[in-house]
Amino acid sequence: MSQVFLPHTLEELWTIKQENPAALIMAGGTDLLVKIRDRKLPPAVILALENIAELRQIERQDGEICIGSMVTHQQLLDSPIIQTQLPVLHQAVAVLGSPPIRHMGTIGGNICTASPAGDTLPPLYVLNAGLELKNAATSRLLPIQDFIQGPGQTLLGSNEILYKIRISIPAPHSQGFYFKVGQRKALAIAICSMASLLQFAEDKRILEGRFAWGSTGPTVMRFPEVENTLIGEKLSPIILGRLGQSMAALVSPISDVRASAEYRRLLASKLPLKIWQSLI
Amino acid sequence: MKIAFELNGIKQEIDYLPDRRVVDLLREELGYTGTKEACGSGECGACTILVDGVSKLSCLMLAAQLQGRSITTIEGMSPGKKLHPIQQAFVDKGAVQCGFCSPGMLMATVDLLQRNPAPDRQQIRAALSGNLCRCTGYQKIIDAVESAAAEMRDKL
Repeated sequence: MSQVFLPHTLEELWTIKQENPAALIMAGGTDLLVKIRDRKLPPAVILALENIAELRQIERQDGEICIGSMVTHQQLLDSPIIQTQLPVLHQAVAVLGSPPIRHMGTIGGNICTASPAGDTLPPLYVLNAGLELKNAATSRLLPIQDFIQGPGQTLLGSNEILYKIRISIPAPHSQGFYFKVGQRKALAIAICSMASLLQFAEDKRILEGRFAWGSTGPTVMRFPEVENTLIGEKLSPIILGRLGQSMAALVSPISDVRASAEYRRLLASKLPLKIWQSLI
Repeated sequence: MKIAFELNGIKQEIDYLPDRRVVDLLREELGYTGTKEACGSGECGACTILVDGVSKLSCLMLAAQLQGRSITTIEGMSPGKKLHPIQQAFVDKGAVQCGFCSPGMLMATVDLLQRNPAPDRQQIRAALSGNLCRCTGYQKIIDAVESAAAEMRDKL
């Protein structure tokens, strides 16, 4: 039998962590408990964060939105701030898992699981999300693309937790998009996903275009050199098709139980066209 | 570990292994076998229960997480012998075939109708998308939820 701790404050958490250095941190548990049951992780002391109230808040401070790491996907779906200010993230959590998974799973858990298929990750990459990591003594801020190093690999220190996700509110005249292809509509692990954030000038020309790809490499990927080719262009199927071709040449998908690398590359080339489809 | 929680309105204080799953606690320790387990990994919804009124998966929760919570299982859906209107609609509409998914479907439906008392068929499908019926009786399940929602709205 392993012990399970459910601290109510960060102070309690640091004390327990110090006394049980090998304890596994549990957010919503929807990935962790499956891994333990499949014996991919050894049984260990579990340190669950769910009762720490300060990790469950969504706040807006000036031009920034701060999301506590233990905010559930359902909380994001229900939040007017997320709906209005971060629609790209809202679209992604709407197709994440199933209702009970959304009631349990958290944004911090999705980030720290660091699956290339994690549904919140492509939106967080295009939003240039900053991750505030905290230990008993101090905190640090890392961009999400630096924090995630590979499948299941992050720079989370052994004494740290992911505390908050910090996101600057996108500029006015920005539009967000999230598209995912899975084997079914619910409970689907993405075969290929794409988030995009486009900022337009008054004359509808693109000021900035950001694209992030899920399930097409060891981590979510962005290609700024291709993104930059959109600057000054007007949105059209030709531009988006060309962009998809360039992106598809750069992604590095693998073949697995869900799809072949070739199919993933094909999807990567076509997903940008969905932006056009959703606008007309 | 001592765990105090409320099960279907009745206070419980039990001594149980904190790292066992809630579904094991319900079925094996307390004999509440209405809650089913199928996939054990969050993909089928058979083990859905309500935790503080919200649908969650009892195969992905540890017993220790119940401390101070109030949970509802299928056994507590309706007090006494009379069926809950959602249960009655499942019977009337033929939404139960082998019955294994029914407890989870019913719990998911309670959660849905609390959030949205008048869902359309697409919203019902989305709300039940985490519950699998291997008999594939989805149309009748959706019929039942639609009918239960109407019935419950009439009573308000």
